[in-house]
Amino acid sequence: MKFRLTALAAGIALTLGAPAAEAQPNRQGFTFWYGLTGQLSDVVQEVCKRFNDSQDQYTVTCTSQGDYAKALQNTIAAFRAGEQPTVVQVYDIGTLDLMLSGQYLPARELMQGQGYKVDWDNYIAPIAAYYATSKGEMLSFPFNSSTAVMYWNRAEGRKVGFENPPETWEDLHKALAAMKQAGSQCPMAMDFDSWPILEQFTAAHNIPVASKNNGYGGLDAEYVFDQGLVKQHFNNLMTWYKDGLIKVRTPESGQNVIAAFASGDCNVAFGSIASHQTVRLTAKEGLDWTPALLPVYAGHERYNTRVGGASLWALKGRPQAEYKGAAAFFAFLAKPESEEFWSTRTGYVPVTRSGYERMKDEGFFERPENVGREVAMESLLLRAPTLLTQGLRLGNLTQFRALYANEMQAAFAGQKTMDQALAAMQEQGNQLLRRFQQTYRGKTLP
Amino acid sequence: MERRATFRSPLLPWLLVLPQLLIIFVFFYWPTGEAFHWAFTLEQPWGGGRQWVGWQNFQEIFGSAAYWSSVRVSLVYAFGTSAVAILVALLLALFIDREVRGSRGWRVALIWPYAIAAPAIGMIFRFVFDPRAGVFSALNAVWPSAWDPALNGTHAMLMLILAGAWQLIAYNFVFFLAGLQSIPRPLIEAAAMDGAGPLRRMRDIQIPLLAPTFFFLVVINLTDSFTNSFGLVDIMTAGGPARATEIMVYKIYADGFKGLDYSGAAAQSIVLMGLVILLTVIQFRFVERKMHYR
Repeated sequence: MKFRLTALAAGIALTLGAPAAEAQPNRQGFTFWYGLTGQLSDVVQEVCKRFNDSQDQYTVTCTSQGDYAKALQNTIAAFRAGEQPTVVQVYDIGTLDLMLSGQYLPARELMQGQGYKVDWDNYIAPIAAYYATSKGEMLSFPFNSSTAVMYWNRAEGRKVGFENPPETWEDLHKALAAMKQAGSQCPMAMDFDSWPILEQFTAAHNIPVASKNNGYGGLDAEYVFDQGLVKQHFNNLMTWYKDGLIKVRTPESGQNVIAAFASGDCNVAFGSIASHQTVRLTAKEGLDWTPALLPVYAGHERYNTRVGGASLWALKGRPQAEYKGAAAFFAFLAKPESEEFWSTRTGYVPVTRSGYERMKDEGFFERPENVGREVAMESLLLRAPTLLTQGLRLGNLTQFRALYANEMQAAFAGQKTMDQALAAMQEQGNQLLRRFQQTYRGKTLP
Repeated sequence: MERRATFRSPLLPWLLVLPQLLIIFVFFYWPTGEAFHWAFTLEQPWGGGRQWVGWQNFQEIFGSAAYWSSVRVSLVYAFGTSAVAILVALLLALFIDREVRGSRGWRVALIWPYAIAAPAIGMIFRFVFDPRAGVFSALNAVWPSAWDPALNGTHAMLMLILAGAWQLIAYNFVFFLAGLQSIPRPLIEAAAMDGAGPLRRMRDIQIPLLAPTFFFLVVINLTDSFTNSFGLVDIMTAGGPARATEIMVYKIYADGFKGLDYSGAAAQSIVLMGLVILLTVIQFRFVERKMHYR
């Protein structure tokens, strides 16, 4: 019994003592929750440490909450219990729920209130557009941003006569067929993630996924992708799969597309530029590879791709003093040095023009370890974002992505034709949108 | 003579059970009540307004093909796992009970798996069943895509059932062994003297006398597979391919926690709770009463 009491006391002392020990006198503490793990989480901790060391007024306590989805779940649970963090990282598709909830301090209001002058035009347009209101006012701060690229095995490409990565799907098809002819077991790896395959494909071609400018025009938008080029493209993918040009590589089958590419098993893969780091660090000895712009179909103009990743939000309901710290933190993160620090240690792209310029001036993209990363910037900055390439403002997008995966699996397993799968996806996707619209009845997009 | 503890004050027994009641209230009745409330409303994830929608959530789940597919998948998984786990555990227990060589060691070894957390089992079996590096990769080398749990729903389900059963076997084994050892030795010895061989004795004496254990395990295994399979599914298949392993519990998690559709998930968990209650009632009403040694 005595032992138990001591243990209990020790436990309580530890839990109470830990935060108390960290917060130094005269420093205002605040909390930041994020949804990154492993090496990326270590880098976030370094960023927090840099912030704490850079000034003596505030202390940020940064906590990893697991992956994006778990971080969002935990934050919502904490929010409902009144224990939310001051700053939270929310992924791209969690944006809309938070936007409609109104439980955040808009970025502009926060910075103005704390006396910071921010040049909002400094944020790179397609990145800002995703996190901004219909009037272009940014609500949150983009943090880790990426876009989709094609990973291309240059050596294998050269063997079949492709000196450079193909720019059109027609050429890519020829290259894949030639690779198979030359004995490749896996010319192209594919998974069931809608982000690079469907969402970014439509951006690169300036095709709508949903009506009302992909939902930016209101919650009554409807999915409209099941037609024309998208339908044609997915049927092509299906044919290429049957011809053995595409192989399925999913985490559940023991190897994701990026691992399949890095190990040299597959010659082409689609994914986020953030995986550049992973490919570089895990690539098979001597792998000659490069990221490339997503292919487009011949005869189609190329448009910018959308931003992926996550942004930082200041949540309502914390003591006023903490928002001073939050504003200082945001201002610190927007400095070009901070951006360079972040991009150097991760595969993410800079989010401000000044950060991008600085990195270009310093020869960041010419360093051997970063070669090819400029492709992501090129893809984002290709042209001013159009109404269709600025982003997707669609409700229940997480569930839509799960739906996409299920229907694609059904099609690739031969349970359905591709046309049936796409039709089912559109129909059930619209049910998800209507349910979302009903949940937020009476609310309008900011 | 029956002994009975009596309390002088009627308050005291209530005070004694109060902590337990409080725990049950906080961790069971309160969340259940909340789930009931949510099931009839449309709840915004970040709070800030819910509206009463009556039976709409239930109508939507009962009208959804994906939901019925998850019910079907749950039933296949529950019955598949229970059948495999019970048969194998029975077989193992019969052998151990016959004191095969080294049965002491086996007894301990067979109980261990139950102490392993489901996600750990999922991880291990993912390696075992990996189409390129696992046990079946040899099959794939000879005959490409003969084993493909990433795209073939039947394979994925089979993999899940084997992993689920592997864990339950340990649990079932303990009960079967205890059951077998409580069978009076003279019965078996008498049968042996009448000339019944080991197989005959198993069939005519041991297994019939195990009937109460058997039915108890059926019910426990079924409820366990309905509610505790989450860890395995999350690690091994994430509900795929094409919803082939999306059991009811996993769908609740995917819709509610990942998809932030709290109301739809609440309605689904009410239905699942009803189902588990039904199973328990069946156990108490019919199985418990009818199964006695005669």
